[in-house]
Amino acid sequence: MELSFINKMSGKSAPWLDGEGPDSFAVLSSRIRLARNISDFPFPPSADTESRAKILDFLSPTFDKVTLLKDGKFIPTADIDNLSQKFLMERHLISPEFMRGGSGRGLFIGDDEKISIMLNEEDHIRLQVISSGMSLNECWEIASKIDDELSGLIQYDFNDRFGYLTSCPTNVGTGLRASVLIHLPGLVHTGEIEGVIANISKIGLVVRGFYGEGTDVLGNLFQISNQTTLGRTEEEIIDSLVKVTRKIIENEQNAQEQLMSSAPDQIEDKIWRSYGILSHARVLTSSEVMNMLSALRLGLSLGIIDKFSYRELNELLIITQPAHLQKYMSKEMDNVERDIVRANLVRQRFNKSEEF
Amino acid sequence: MLCQDCKKTESTVHLTQIVNNKKVVLNLCRSCAEKRGFHSPFENIPFPLAEFVTGMMGTSKTPAESKKVKSLQYKKCPSCGLTFEALGKTGRFGCGQCYMTFGADLNDLLRKIHGSNEHRGKIPSAASDALKPLREDRRLREELRRAIEKEDFEAAAVLRDKIRELTDQI
Repeated sequence: MELSFINKMSGKSAPWLDGEGPDSFAVLSSRIRLARNISDFPFPPSADTESRAKILDFLSPTFDKVTLLKDGKFIPTADIDNLSQKFLMERHLISPEFMRGGSGRGLFIGDDEKISIMLNEEDHIRLQVISSGMSLNECWEIASKIDDELSGLIQYDFNDRFGYLTSCPTNVGTGLRASVLIHLPGLVHTGEIEGVIANISKIGLVVRGFYGEGTDVLGNLFQISNQTTLGRTEEEIIDSLVKVTRKIIENEQNAQEQLMSSAPDQIEDKIWRSYGILSHARVLTSSEVMNMLSALRLGLSLGIIDKFSYRELNELLIITQPAHLQKYMSKEMDNVERDIVRANLVRQRFNKSEEF
Repeated sequence: MLCQDCKKTESTVHLTQIVNNKKVVLNLCRSCAEKRGFHSPFENIPFPLAEFVTGMMGTSKTPAESKKVKSLQYKKCPSCGLTFEALGKTGRFGCGQCYMTFGADLNDLLRKIHGSNEHRGKIPSAASDALKPLREDRRLREELRRAIEKEDFEAAAVLRDKIRELTDQI
């Protein structure tokens, strides 16, 4: 039953990638994550099976009592096969760390995937609220509301001095990680991105690839998030990320203008060439698609091409990921087969939008 | 992509580093990454913590320091049994009680990681009634200190009254 719930998600985009919201030409999505633990229970990494199971037994019915969690589904990891786990990771609903975790973990997915909770990952509770566009404040409001309700039902591990206690000391205090997924082709092409990244790391923010910690930068997509969690209020942390993101968007727009004034033909060529390949190729790798979708997104924001929407580009970005393709085709495939299926899928989508 | 060091094995560790304001990308296989001193990003032990613990356990110069290290070596969380040494290995605390056990030794570490060792964010609603006045008191005193520093005595007087009022409530 739970798996059919996951299967239903395949073949369509995640709601947090629907291309809506402020600044959605550059900011694909905003995300708030809160780490919480339950008092008097060991943190998951040092908990035995029994203690982990107790946490799951206790938390899953508790969620039913929280207004914003009523319509969700709880899935114990034991019920999730390998491919589905990869699928959920591609959808940013679980972390790579969660996947490696073995038994005694669980996932709660809210109605529209905007809200999700990893249970017994590194902390007992990892609440995530994710939404499209530049919408950090909205995400925070939702996350904080759920957190408030939960804190009335659960005795959190909290200390007046250190705040919310977490397994890793890098999360202690607010337990808050705020992040934006942002597309920066202009800064990458002009080479200014290095300077931007260096400056960001100086002010307590950190830049990562598409799939978070330890992952590579693909398709000119970057995740910017706060590095520190202690000593500032949640609002201050979010404010500073919002301000920096606005500044980066400004830099990105300048870089795009600069590119267009110095090499308009080359830029236009790059965009149309990507369109040509995506709508005609017979074999496409995942990183190829991500990089070409980046060119098309740039073309859309520069007004060079208008054959599709941000929403359609976002959708392609997620449904062409390896586990998504396999879920979509309902079978396991090696990378050779995947590249062919991927090209077919992309071609269909582009030729469909051609008709409109 | 092949590992750029041994050029034999497929690279699985991709590191992006900023060195002298320049981005350096490394594509390495696991064993070459370890040779260069990088651990798998998945193991993800926060660097300041490992450094901090090894620094504490490492060579100590003065008798007072070595005494401190000795006492740390034997310190153990009464609730989950985590030792200081184990903390350095995993980079993870075992339970909430660990923060109290190692609390006094943590201040430096937390300041290194976060630039602060004091929570200023939200508090659980269940705990908030009891804690709110205490935190408000601490916040006002901090503001008072700053006002006096700036020689803004008018603001200081207002703050002093507020603190008095709050103290009466507590």
